[in-house]
Amino acid sequence: MAYEFDWSSIPNSLPFLAEGMLVSLEITLTALVVGMVWGTVLAVMRLSSVAPLRWFAAGYVNLFRAVPLVMVLLWFFLVIPQLLTTFFNLRPGTDVRMASALVGFALFESAYYAEIIRAGIQSVPKGQLAAATALGLSHFQAMRLVVLPQALRNMVPLLLTQAIVLFQDTSLVYVSALADFFGAAYKVGDRDGRLVELLLFAGAVYFVLCFALSRLVQVLQKPRVQH
Amino acid sequence: MSYQWNWAVFTQPSAVGDGGTYGDWMVAGLKMTVSVSLSAWIIALVVGCLMGVLRTVPSKGLQRLATGYVELLRNIPLLVQLFIWYFIIPELLPTRWGDAIKQLAPETQQFGAAVICLGLFTSARVCEQVRAGIQSLPIGQTRAALALGLSLPQAYRFVLLPMAFRLVVPPLTSEFLNIFKNSAVCSTIGLLELAAQGRQLVDYTAQPYESFIAVTLMYLLINVIVMALMHLLERKVKVPGYMGS
Repeated sequence: MAYEFDWSSIPNSLPFLAEGMLVSLEITLTALVVGMVWGTVLAVMRLSSVAPLRWFAAGYVNLFRAVPLVMVLLWFFLVIPQLLTTFFNLRPGTDVRMASALVGFALFESAYYAEIIRAGIQSVPKGQLAAATALGLSHFQAMRLVVLPQALRNMVPLLLTQAIVLFQDTSLVYVSALADFFGAAYKVGDRDGRLVELLLFAGAVYFVLCFALSRLVQVLQKPRVQH
Repeated sequence: MSYQWNWAVFTQPSAVGDGGTYGDWMVAGLKMTVSVSLSAWIIALVVGCLMGVLRTVPSKGLQRLATGYVELLRNIPLLVQLFIWYFIIPELLPTRWGDAIKQLAPETQQFGAAVICLGLFTSARVCEQVRAGIQSLPIGQTRAALALGLSLPQAYRFVLLPMAFRLVVPPLTSEFLNIFKNSAVCSTIGLLELAAQGRQLVDYTAQPYESFIAVTLMYLLINVIVMALMHLLERKVKVPGYMGS
């Protein structure tokens, strides 16, 4: 093999890479939390008996799932800075790439979480909702106290799998030159002329983290004792 | 906001003087997205089916090999894989091969890396669907085939695969849609597909909304067409007596 490896630029740049990893994790966590809350709202809307709510949720979910994430991110990097400067009187030079990335990922992931949560809700037997209503709970109470807790339990593995996908997808903030973990690795590699080592290192780190998490999901998926 | 809408931008001749209009750029981008995705899909199907079969054969070694392949490709982000194919593989190959690759036209290098990367990335997902399809068949089918004197390859060829392939068509639809969406990632290595043409148009015309709306609509169009075609295929290969397939 002709290529001579030189890993020496990695130890020195570890703090910079760790900062990048923090950005990746911050985006992942924000998108996860917002995505689950807004996704639950969308899922409930999609199953609601009010037609306009149903149409809105279906339109939202289908639109976001049909468009590539790269394109969604480009949209948000275009629109969000303009909205922010219009409404909050920010100076045009302010760096709002992080805010754009957070909003973009959160709204994009909501569409995927909405589908997982809808499937989870539909996996709860109809009798549960009927029994809750018969006991005098309102529809909202029945959803919150009876259906959703069971639905959430059923879909933990799928939600975690989607979280792994989300963590991998955060590398796409590269299109806005935001320094997440991958962006940081690329920058260091580009600066030192050691792109080969840094990209392989980044790949290895992603692999270890995602592989460990996916093993955890498999453990969770093992059927538990049913009461 | 005082944005000047100008939809006529797509009929204007482009500033680089290539004789085409900005609308032609969009069409070129659409063609590139479709050709990259379809080429990658062929790789994904061939490698995915092969690996899917390996994951189910009664040999621990082959199973491990296929499992390792799937885990490796599923746990590294697509963007990282793409950069590895584009920037790193030519460096790691023997010098002669690497130099030969680097002497190709940049467009060819980008196209090649994009197709190989997307194809293998998707093959890991196809593999899991094919494996699930084969494993959903009753174990009695394999045993009956072997008891009738078929060899294992024959059992796969004549009994298991014809059935499994028909069962995996619906789940493969979403993978097929994904390959078109994932092809947008290839704009990062400079491949001039749809998303890249859209950004380039913004740089030249400063009409971001028209450009992004056009690109988004084209992705929606691809989505609708693929779904319609796959729906036809699903109806054609449906196995009578199976629910939802």
